[in-house]
Amino acid sequence: MAYAITDRCISCWACLTVCPNQAIAHVEGLFMIDPQHCTECAGDFPDPQCSSICPVEGAIENEWGEPVNPPGSLSSMSAR
Amino acid sequence: MTAQILSFPAPSSCGSGSTGSQECHDPRVADHPCYSKDAHHKFARIHLPVAPACNIQCNYCNRKYDCSNESRPGVVSEVLSPEEAAYKVLAVADAIPQLSVVGIAGPGDAFANWPRTVATLKAVKKALPVLRLCLSSNGLNVAAHADEVVELGIEHVTLTINTLDPEIGARIYPWVFWEHKRWKGLEAAQILVREQWRAVEALTSRGMLVKINSVYIPGVNDDELPKISRKAAEFGVAIHNVMPLISDASHGTHFGLAGQRGPDEAELEAMRERCGEHLPQMGHCHQCRADAVGMLGEDRGAEFGREALAGKALDAQAIAARHAAVQAALKSGSGAKWKIAVATGDGLRIDQHFGHAEAFRIYESDGQSVKLVALRRTAVYCQGPSDCGDDDNALPKLVQGLSDCAAVLAVRIGYEPWQKLERAGIQPVVEHAFAAIEPAVLAVAQKLHAQMAALLENRA
Repeated sequence: MAYAITDRCISCWACLTVCPNQAIAHVEGLFMIDPQHCTECAGDFPDPQCSSICPVEGAIENEWGEPVNPPGSLSSMSAR
Repeated sequence: MTAQILSFPAPSSCGSGSTGSQECHDPRVADHPCYSKDAHHKFARIHLPVAPACNIQCNYCNRKYDCSNESRPGVVSEVLSPEEAAYKVLAVADAIPQLSVVGIAGPGDAFANWPRTVATLKAVKKALPVLRLCLSSNGLNVAAHADEVVELGIEHVTLTINTLDPEIGARIYPWVFWEHKRWKGLEAAQILVREQWRAVEALTSRGMLVKINSVYIPGVNDDELPKISRKAAEFGVAIHNVMPLISDASHGTHFGLAGQRGPDEAELEAMRERCGEHLPQMGHCHQCRADAVGMLGEDRGAEFGREALAGKALDAQAIAARHAAVQAALKSGSGAKWKIAVATGDGLRIDQHFGHAEAFRIYESDGQSVKLVALRRTAVYCQGPSDCGDDDNALPKLVQGLSDCAAVLAVRIGYEPWQKLERAGIQPVVEHAFAAIEPAVLAVAQKLHAQMAALLENRA
């Protein structure tokens, strides 16, 4: 059970500030989730924190490779 | 017609209601290039890009692109660690000793990266104590940290508030991250608006100088901005800065892509006029990048990139001493006149030790003439060999009491006070011991002039 960061990541650092497990590493400008430490925030918060603050659709995937924030989910109400 | 669009007028300490046109002499704004029209030709600022993460999305912001030709908030070329940031400040102070203000304006939000923000400001304050610190924020995560803001010695906080109405907010902010959850639409805007005014209240009630920035989005928040000005005035906010929406499809922002236009000059002017009925308006904001460096309106950030700084050896103490001296000189006499303190008993000659002086005569000189402007009694710092310097508070108090002076003349000055004076930007001078006061003050003022000219010329 772990999330993963895709190459849509814009390196904004937001996920790093909210992960309760320090499971997110910043290596040479890229961010990645350590599957050994990621719990999808189970036991800490109702919602996984990284995908709740990530500003980019499709930048975080769940264990089945599905985008947690699919296209259209983060855009403005006035856009729809 | 432009009565309210002026150099920084009046927070509460300057009296006379909220919209006076008098120049304010609040020391917190007199040397701040963003607040004082007078200062922005004289003092420089740096924005430290140490706060990358953001806890909200605004439709006028796209964090994705870094284009060094793009000058707008939210954009930055590289994110610095707190240690790198403190080092960069030293390097900039070395090159641009007019540096008076350090701000953290993102590229995300200063309060969404609170531990990094705190670490950076502590390191900066330690390296260069005379710098003024400011933060800018969307206001969401501010109220909980208000006490720390005061403890850190931060003097200015800017909050960007674009509407009072959550319905309109939902057209500006698609989501916020609050209390471990992403909120969207109306709920998100309700939380944001509520927390923004909690932030205003928390900061103004602690005596913080608060500025409100508003992005003017024609057709969206036109009627909101004067309401924000009115409400802000009730809370004791110092000034309102109405900024034009920067909207260009090439920036990839939601508003840019959606074809939302920004206001033209006339619309902006008219809006500031409307808001100015309630609160002083800022007229010379340049909407700087989160890593801007230099005088307002210029950006020398490229000269101080990570690569340019790598391996550069900086003499931190020398930079701090010179920086403090330049700041004191720029502040004490508009760069042309200096206040100079003299330890004297008879009022004719420099005849007292710094630590024994019961009073200082404060002279003002432009290098041509000398005028006695004040007599300042002080706590005697040194009573004699037995208890010299025993009172830990006396020396800092004494130095503080002379902080508007560029130099102090005495017969002798001990090692510790000498260091403290230098750190505070006050030059200790003993070479005129027992000389007549006026010629000595003149000579020192002329020397200060020459030093300043050399510093500014070499490093401008």
